Amino acid sequence: MIMIFGKPLLLLYGQLTLGLINGAFYALLSLGLAVIFGLLNIINFAHGALFMLGAYVAWALLEYLDIGYWPALVLAPLIVGVFGVVLEKTLIQRLYKLDHLYGLLLTFGCALIIEGLARNEFGSSGMPYAIPEALRGPLDLGFMMLPAYRAWVVVAAAGMCLLTWLVIEKTRLGSTLRAATENAKLVQAFGVNVPRLITLTYGAGAALAAFAGVLAAPIYSVNPGMGSNFIISVFAVVVIGGMGSILGSIITGFGLGILEGLTKVYYPEASATVIFVVMVIVLLARPAGLFGKA
Amino acid sequence: MLGFTRAQAIGFVVMVAVIIIAPGVLYPVFLMKVLCFALFACAFNLLIGYVGLLSFGHAAYFGMGCYVAAWTAKNWGLSVELSILLGGLTGAGLGMVFGWLAIRRSGIYFAMITLALAQMVYFFCIQAPFTGGEDGIQQVPRPPLFGAVSLQSDMAMYWLVAGVFLLGFLLIHRIVHSPFGQVLKAIRENETRATSLGYRTDDYKWVAFVLSTFLAGIAGGTKALVFGIATLTDVHWTMHGEVVLMSLVGGLGTVFGPVVGALVLTAMENYLAEFGSWVTVTQGVIFVLCVVAFRRGLIGELGAALKLNL
Repeated sequence: MIMIFGKPLLLLYGQLTLGLINGAFYALLSLGLAVIFGLLNIINFAHGALFMLGAYVAWALLEYLDIGYWPALVLAPLIVGVFGVVLEKTLIQRLYKLDHLYGLLLTFGCALIIEGLARNEFGSSGMPYAIPEALRGPLDLGFMMLPAYRAWVVVAAAGMCLLTWLVIEKTRLGSTLRAATENAKLVQAFGVNVPRLITLTYGAGAALAAFAGVLAAPIYSVNPGMGSNFIISVFAVVVIGGMGSILGSIITGFGLGILEGLTKVYYPEASATVIFVVMVIVLLARPAGLFGKA
Repeated sequence: MLGFTRAQAIGFVVMVAVIIIAPGVLYPVFLMKVLCFALFACAFNLLIGYVGLLSFGHAAYFGMGCYVAAWTAKNWGLSVELSILLGGLTGAGLGMVFGWLAIRRSGIYFAMITLALAQMVYFFCIQAPFTGGEDGIQQVPRPPLFGAVSLQSDMAMYWLVAGVFLLGFLLIHRIVHSPFGQVLKAIRENETRATSLGYRTDDYKWVAFVLSTFLAGIAGGTKALVFGIATLTDVHWTMHGEVVLMSLVGGLGTVFGPVVGALVLTAMENYLAEFGSWVTVTQGVIFVLCVVAFRRGLIGELGAALKLNL
């Protein structure tokens, strides 16, 4: 058996893939947080709940309407995106003139409601969601066997990150968005409907979270706590990366996932805390975050 | 006296009277829970209300206070006051390090950092041997006060808890109305201006943070000895959510708000306990309502109606 620093190579590969998958979720979620924060100036505590909601919608589509994984991958983000739009229109919109801490408290409340309702309706224990037919079974990479679904998650998440980056950096819509982030009033003076842009941005962020949720459904069991477990780590990822750049969020997300995987191999006791330790180090060395503007 | 305005002095007298009369009407154990959470909420309010810092990780200091007080009372057989004090010092020690890290960023970053650090403490508590993992520390004895006064009866314990609460409450009031407290309020209003006047605002924020975490630890230690148990629930972030909600419902930045909030929410949880997860939903709804329509909280609204600073 091939060993690397005293650990079997296969174990290393296995944990690296797991880390890569976690990293994919970190990247998708922190990307959504960064986009929402850029324009709305609030930290969306409900992001974890929206992630969980995406998984539940996918599950419900299959259970009640017999709609499978592939349509759900499009439908669930759309449904949760519409939900996000409603949330923004009815509640979050009222807070823009206030201290942004109120946004945090409001979305925290929303997260409690969504999570509590899910717990009431479906119980605390998780529900399984089957891996779609086409992605069952292993994939032979030559040096290791990789479950096909896990490979798909990494590819899909990276693809979605890239797509988001392209939309924001390379399209007209994206340039309007970036301009509104810099100076909303000026953009509005140019005739852009900024409030609508803000609403749609929140919806898009919610849809991104739901997309991650659907991807996660077959890996983790669909359960009410799945979002809040992730979101606090994602906050640390956001602090480490800084919310200044889109590409920064993606790199930090994947990087920290891999680091977490490596820690599981070499020092498992610290695997739950390694992200927070990195956060402390970054705060000491570069308080604005790795990619942040001071 | 102690910088109370007249209205506040009357409020204080009413509060003390209620504390004295209440055990004749309500269960002392319930009241002790209220007082512990009231002190915890007051400690949290010291930061958000008077310095403008929203910590999202106070459960860590509260929970570690719980664990340390329970552990020292059970394994070292320390007397009650020493256990509680050690709980408070643990909170303060942790607060010194975490506060020093967190004040490097402000606003929502401060909130996220304190939350992430608290989550780290939570994971530590799951794994560390002395916390008993999922079981927690159970069957913690109530050692006698000063090694002499027995606290086995709930009423005796109640007077101790009431005393701890009142001391903490007065300490916070003293801090807020000291010259130090005036600087804190200046930082809340306009930090840049406070810096330009020559105050090292980071030092002030740090000291306030440590004081707040000390009191959170005291509150946790007291709660652990009242119930004879310290568990993971006490360090979990949902515990922090509760204390934020208490302060919000009572009124952020008011003197009596956190106390009233603690009473209202503890009572609500008691009555709703049989409905399971509906407690979480109700808490969420109250959060949303408070933020959208009721930002001043109960005491804040009362004060505004009476044109008094309560």
